Amino acid sequence: MGEFLLVTIQVDMHDQLALRLQDDLSNAIQKYETKGVLIDISTLEMVDSFIGRMVADISGMGKILGAETVLVGMQPAVAITLVELGLALPGVATALNVERGMALLRRTIDGAEADGATIAG
Amino acid sequence: MAQQSQGDTPLRSEHDIVLARQLVRKLTQELAFSLVDQTKMVTAASELARNALIYGRGGTMHWEILQGESARGLKLLFADEGPGIPNIDLAMTDGWTSGTGLGMGLSGARRLVNDFHIDSRVGAGTRVAITRWK
Repeated sequence: MGEFLLVTIQVDMHDQLALRLQDDLSNAIQKYETKGVLIDISTLEMVDSFIGRMVADISGMGKILGAETVLVGMQPAVAITLVELGLALPGVATALNVERGMALLRRTIDGAEADGATIAG
Repeated sequence: MAQQSQGDTPLRSEHDIVLARQLVRKLTQELAFSLVDQTKMVTAASELARNALIYGRGGTMHWEILQGESARGLKLLFADEGPGIPNIDLAMTDGWTSGTGLGMGLSGARRLVNDFHIDSRVGAGTRVAITRWK
């Protein structure tokens, strides 16, 4: 994967575990000087407001540490439920799968480096 | 053995929230809910179970399979003996939270189900009942 971190969530997480993931990930971003993070939730059968908030927090925190985050692989039933729940995950980039997520990260990061500026939005 | 049509599960720890979610998934699968409807009911249950644990200081989830005239449904009752909610209208508002959440739990859960009833008394606790029909 080179410059990106791939996080695959494969279990039904209890809340403390979700918070620990957030901690571990921010440490990893700093340690590996990662510019891009992919969070693969393709095996998650449910995203509630707690997990939604965790993802939004990781995305915001990553940005401050200089890393872009893309959430990939959300199941359609989960996406439908999230929208009805009222969580549109503003500020969180998403892609259909890991491959497209990596392509999105590349474009975003290359674009930012070409501009010599930070990424907007 | 006859199929059990109701039961209770405790909400005393974060792990219990995970177990409650898994139980609701299993029940909605047995009722042959569509995947989207399963996911909505599981997500609503997760929000309300967490509320009972965090704001209600623990409680129980009672479940019941309903046999209607034309369809079957699942009813869930979340009950705690916590401090209660002084202003239910405010608590039902999108984005309002008394704690550290996003404030989408109650209002969001209501949108995910067919029937939603909340009854809360200060000092006595909160009961939230939700039903989703197939």
